[in-house]
Amino acid sequence: MSTELFQKMAQSIIDGDSDLSVALANEAVAAGIDPLLAITEGFVLGVNQVGEAFSCGDAFLPELVMAGEAMKAAVQALEPEMEKRGSERQMLGKVVLATVEGDIHEIGKSLVGTMLASSGFQVFDLGVDVSTAKILAKVKEVGADIVALSALLTTTMVKQREVIDTLQESGLRPQVKVMVGGAPVTRDWVQKIGADGYSEDAIGAVTVAKSLMGISR
Amino acid sequence: MSKNIKSITNPKMSLNILTPAEVQKIHETTLQIIEHVGVRFPSRQALDIWAANGATIDWEKMIVKVKPHIIEAALKKAPPSYELGARDPNQNCAMDGNHVFLGTDGCGVEVIDIRTGQKRTSELKDVGEIARIADATEEIGFHWVALSAQDKPAQTRGLHELKAVWENSTKHVQTESVYNQVEARAAIEMAIAVAGSKEKLRHRPVLSLMQCTAPPLGHDGGSLEAALVAAEYGVPTGFMTMAANLTTGPATMAGNLAVGNAEVIAATAMLQLAFPGAPVFYAAAQTASDLRSGAYTGGGPEDFLYGAATNVLSDFYNIPLSMGSFATGAKEPNWQAGLENSISTLMACIVMSDMLLGAGFLHGSRIWSYSQMMLDCEIFSIIHKMMQGIVVNDETLAFDTIASVGPGGNFLTQKHTRKHMRDIFLPQFMDRRPYSEWEIKKDDARDWALEKASKILDNHQPDLLEPAISSELSKIIASVE
Repeated sequence: MSTELFQKMAQSIIDGDSDLSVALANEAVAAGIDPLLAITEGFVLGVNQVGEAFSCGDAFLPELVMAGEAMKAAVQALEPEMEKRGSERQMLGKVVLATVEGDIHEIGKSLVGTMLASSGFQVFDLGVDVSTAKILAKVKEVGADIVALSALLTTTMVKQREVIDTLQESGLRPQVKVMVGGAPVTRDWVQKIGADGYSEDAIGAVTVAKSLMGISR
Repeated sequence: MSKNIKSITNPKMSLNILTPAEVQKIHETTLQIIEHVGVRFPSRQALDIWAANGATIDWEKMIVKVKPHIIEAALKKAPPSYELGARDPNQNCAMDGNHVFLGTDGCGVEVIDIRTGQKRTSELKDVGEIARIADATEEIGFHWVALSAQDKPAQTRGLHELKAVWENSTKHVQTESVYNQVEARAAIEMAIAVAGSKEKLRHRPVLSLMQCTAPPLGHDGGSLEAALVAAEYGVPTGFMTMAANLTTGPATMAGNLAVGNAEVIAATAMLQLAFPGAPVFYAAAQTASDLRSGAYTGGGPEDFLYGAATNVLSDFYNIPLSMGSFATGAKEPNWQAGLENSISTLMACIVMSDMLLGAGFLHGSRIWSYSQMMLDCEIFSIIHKMMQGIVVNDETLAFDTIASVGPGGNFLTQKHTRKHMRDIFLPQFMDRRPYSEWEIKKDDARDWALEKASKILDNHQPDLLEPAISSELSKIIASVE
């Protein structure tokens, strides 16, 4: 019975159907299935399949994002049960994500968040126009492995440097990797401000985050 | 060098891209969006204007919902035509629906250095040099600030850039890099210094401001407030939507047009409510996001169609249009660059967009290439020629000349030929040499275009801005630094 349920779970992710993935997650909890098993044997297989189709060029970005959203919704539905059982999902790392202060551009940042979350990172998305102080506080609070900073304007891009400098001053810099992104961000800029990595798109951001965590694939 | 500006006028070609019924439907959907979905105006000043004019406001979310009749009445107050002023009044650009002017594109972050050929981060010096070259060309009618002066402090960068352009050119300057109230006030002060007085600036606006919307259905607070400052002084102002299929707009083109239209006309209406009769323009550079990465593409059939469709919308509202054309996604001046920039510009020109933006960029408006700038000028010249169409009359039908040559002769020695041969377009950068000649160096358009730009930079001396005005501009910048 659970094999069939697992298959349905995977399919709900492939179809990017959040309503269905949540319903299936609840069904699994009601049936007493270990939520971790529901994730690894069910939902994740769907994510992997969409990922593979995407790499071959058979799937497009909206399908990838919808799969990510359906996965996120399913995991959220499973969380209370995981907490009850004291089980925790193995994550690749903790990422604090924000668009820097003075900048309201959201979509690229959010896309990176979805991609990182569906690839197994725990993402703390602080939103847009986020002050350096707020970012630092969150890094401390959650013990972040990575800080990911987005900026679309050349005039707000300087805030990426400010975050890095402030991390340095507060002694946190050695514990946390910094990745940056946004249309005006170039390799020169990354070197100038001493960031650890950057990507020109959301898919690339996953590769960068993994390599910063020392994960080869 | 050049004092004339080449603009497309009295076109002989036209295109039917949207029927009146389709435009009406896009307009109605747009009004429905503004009335029922709302547009975000994250500025207290903007929200107060809306509140005073009968809009419904969610103060916490800063979302404004407006009845159609308020929007329509406000838009009617916008002047249908005006002039963009230039330091040299002979170079004013008429925004009258019967002229197409080409501008430089902006605002990028890297430049392929004209001397070393290496790509590097942009600086203030580049802004001035590009303006100087643009000043010398007849194709470039006005400037956008091409590159970000990243060696200057962020809060006054936009002002340094403006000064650099005015010091290197007598043509109109439109900045897309001034997007907060403080900087806008300083920019207006600078424009007053250049124009001579507040009244002269209103009469001959040597500056215009372009603000980006924040799609879908949003604005940036600083941009709104900067635009209001400009409108107060009669400095032409436009809002540009870059709503893109898949990401910031729906996957379908009509829906994406409606989203962008809602952003632009809502903000334009707000300016008219605050300052009735202020000169405004519609601006757009809509595109489809890349299916695989979601990235900005800078070209493709959707862009080309938007290029023509948007002018139909701005005509419907009877305000000038600044249309994103050129700005290829290609990484160097190559097949893709030629293809994208030619088609996008033809489409934007054939419907008579007032302003075209613009020449000079690679990689989706990020990397400046002097070579591409010159090649884009040539594309504009070719389209300029095409837009004149085919003139048919007794003189051009040339019956007498045909009769005097007769079967089997040739037309080379005819007086008629001598009279009209210069009507034929003479390219600067197309390779029409014998193969054997090409084989010697295997050089091409890119090399010649770069050579031309270098030559202009070495030799062209623009009419200087009076030193007293220059130092006045420096003082204004220092006062906000």
